[in-house]
Amino acid sequence: MTLKASDLPVGHTHKARLVEDLKRTQIVQYAGASGDYNPLHTDEIFTVQVAGYPSVFAHGMLTMGMTGKMLTDYVGDGRLTKFGVRFTSQVWPGDTLDAVATVDKVFEEGGHKLVDLTVTTTNQNGVDVLKGYAQARVD
Amino acid sequence: MAVDNFPVEYSHIMMFARSVGDDNPIYHDPDYAKKTEVGSIIAPPTFVQASAQFDPDYPLRPKPGKPWFGSGGSATGVKKEAAGGDGGGNGGTLHAEQHYEYHRPLRPGDVLSATALPGKTWEKEGRRGGKLLFSENIIEYRDQKGELVVTARGVGVRTERPADAA
Repeated sequence: MTLKASDLPVGHTHKARLVEDLKRTQIVQYAGASGDYNPLHTDEIFTVQVAGYPSVFAHGMLTMGMTGKMLTDYVGDGRLTKFGVRFTSQVWPGDTLDAVATVDKVFEEGGHKLVDLTVTTTNQNGVDVLKGYAQARVD
Repeated sequence: MAVDNFPVEYSHIMMFARSVGDDNPIYHDPDYAKKTEVGSIIAPPTFVQASAQFDPDYPLRPKPGKPWFGSGGSATGVKKEAAGGDGGGNGGTLHAEQHYEYHRPLRPGDVLSATALPGKTWEKEGRRGGKLLFSENIIEYRDQKGELVVTARGVGVRTERPADAA
């Protein structure tokens, strides 16, 4: 699946639900796969009693990874040229996340057609947890 | 961070994709992948983050015989002072930003090396008081031929108290 530049009006959006009721086990799964074993993400006792947070919370990179699925499902595999984000709020077990990509610009550079996207991931309370951008090659 | 040898492997890609909830067959089904534009299994966009697995000194992985700041019999395995910059005591370092530039998709069989370039540092006043100390790290991932495949720029923030949002 690939996108066509001619089908991408500025303001066009693609939305996806990333996760519903995020489980601690998924955070553990991400710790194991990524190798980031910071106890703040998987060790409730340490995180509450020592670090002073209400519970463990997701790696920012888990949220970025889940948001990446929304993007690659939209632009196609191997099509991303840039993807950058700021983590604007923490993601907690139990959160439900939705992400949206919005077309900013479609242009040509170096013989390639490219699309610039604005990317936002939001939790069940409407709070943005991730804000960023992506760029992809289109046909 | 310096990683000399980061082999990109099929099963690691499969596990990484699973962990971010991505069941796209491009990450685990070689027969499917063969028929796609990219022509083989590739790694998902944030996969180079898993280079931590291949950093011998990565501080956020327990190591045999070494103190670990997470809980065991007590809430932390080390005293606050000794916990270092990551998560020990109030505050700690959190991930504030991450940026990637992709020069080509990563495939099983690639062997990457990661080189850190000097980044900037800056300070900001937190929304709820307390200083936020930002530091940037730029990492170039090169393949077995020395060609640049991914450029990563991360920003960490060190807080003086538990972050509300980082």
